[in-house]
Amino acid sequence: MRIVAVADRRAPLTATRWFPLTVGALTIVAVGVIFEVLLRIGVLNRYIIPLPSEVLAAFERIVAEEGVIERTGTSAFEVLTAGFACIAVGVPLGVLLYRFNILRRALEDWVAALAAAPIVLAYPLFMVLFGRGSMTVIVIAFAYGLAPIVLKTVEGLSETRSVLINVGKSLNLSEAQMFWKILFPSAIPSIFTGIRLGWTFCVIAVIGVEFLVNLGGLGQLINDLAERYDMPGTYASIGFVIGISMIFFIILEWVEKWLQPAR
Amino acid sequence: MGSVQTATRPGVSLDADKPVLIIDDVYKTFGDAEEAVTAVDHVSFDVKPGEFVAVIGPSGCGKSTLFNIIGGMLGEYGGDVRIDGERIAGPHPAVGMVFQEESTFPWRSVIDNVAFPLELRGVAKSERYDRARHFIGMVGLDGFEKRYPSQLSGGMKQRVSIARTLVSNPRILLMDEPFAALDEQTRLLLGDKITQIQQELKQTTLLITHNLTEAVQLSDRIVVMTYRPGKVKRIADIDLARPRTSDVVGSDAFGRHVADIWNDLREEASRGMQESEQVARADRRRG
Repeated sequence: MRIVAVADRRAPLTATRWFPLTVGALTIVAVGVIFEVLLRIGVLNRYIIPLPSEVLAAFERIVAEEGVIERTGTSAFEVLTAGFACIAVGVPLGVLLYRFNILRRALEDWVAALAAAPIVLAYPLFMVLFGRGSMTVIVIAFAYGLAPIVLKTVEGLSETRSVLINVGKSLNLSEAQMFWKILFPSAIPSIFTGIRLGWTFCVIAVIGVEFLVNLGGLGQLINDLAERYDMPGTYASIGFVIGISMIFFIILEWVEKWLQPAR
Repeated sequence: MGSVQTATRPGVSLDADKPVLIIDDVYKTFGDAEEAVTAVDHVSFDVKPGEFVAVIGPSGCGKSTLFNIIGGMLGEYGGDVRIDGERIAGPHPAVGMVFQEESTFPWRSVIDNVAFPLELRGVAKSERYDRARHFIGMVGLDGFEKRYPSQLSGGMKQRVSIARTLVSNPRILLMDEPFAALDEQTRLLLGDKITQIQQELKQTTLLITHNLTEAVQLSDRIVVMTYRPGKVKRIADIDLARPRTSDVVGSDAFGRHVADIWNDLREEASRGMQESEQVARADRRRG
């Protein structure tokens, strides 16, 4: 009977799938409540930090009055355009860098430097070149998102296990077969990591540049509301951007899992 | 499934005594003239159709170099490796290689891994799946066709690699310590599986190994190599009855063969160990 009792014992609460999610959600609620209390008793300044309850109430207002849905569409268009352009250019560029060692030695450091450069500071130049519109936002976001995709493509191809290449050689694979049947599929997880990083940079760049130059979608909305000193609206729109970004990356993870069922 | 039988495999020599694989005075050195290291030193032996031959020797005896030469992975070498008279100068379709490291494609299911060589040849999907299923069954992985390598154990992955090699009907199955990373029990059981497959297909097999029991369990003949430079020290006949299973491991005859081979190997293994220790000491002195 003791053995049955042991077998029947349920897994601890902390091991359940929902426990970390619940703890995460409760932590956010708890921080909101603490801020609410600190603001109401005057420890924190309500002119700088709005009441969390007011921020919550402002969500409805920014959706109804500030055209959030339309602005989300604008920002999403810019992110997706820059993101797909990064894939279209970054993956083939990574393949070229892998294939031609001289090119790799000449460019890899520059590409890595591009990833670290504060390109956003050059936004006036981009505005002169591409005008004050979505194109400027897209080009800057592209410049931000490109490097990780290139670098991770090179890394993925270079780190293909030599035994897999030997299997290909033993089967007399042509160079094209070796690439499409072994090197590229083997590099896909690394390429996806690059895409996730690159698209993260694209989202940050799009919202940041929209905020900075006050044009376009959600970034401009945050700027507008901040300039109007609508603190609850500003925080609500920041919260909205964070929520949208989270949904965006959850979808990206699903796509990645769907495309690579066994990894 | 009947169409998948390999009794009619193309190119099998009709003359059972005529070697299908001849290794004739093969040598290979690495490095430039002044610091050249001879890995394989004028090695000669042959393998007859349907025969299971093991090459055994201590680490550093040039076994893997020999594996790579026979597999066509090292284009330049001295002497001749011939398959039915044709000199090996690159990967040869008659040789199917199984590597020591786990070599399944993680992005392909078991059946797609096994069917891979047929896919390269443009074999229709239904036919290549039929043939792949046959060999998946042969290595004892029925029911795992749609699993991915990440869902399999190490021994199962090596069986997938073996099935993927067999599906091409290679005239010679060339294996480089395929079970080196597995535990002893799994190794013995997979040895049974290999013996069974080899007997069923009359598969000519050359196994590179450093494992004594594995070599005696599986082989008809064992080529014992010296420590660096790798030469043939002796070729031993293993006259244990076939069909053979891992039960043979408990027999007196098996023990005698193991002891016999070990007598030859011990001196070479000691030499290898002493040399490694000397190198380690010299490295330590250099700091």
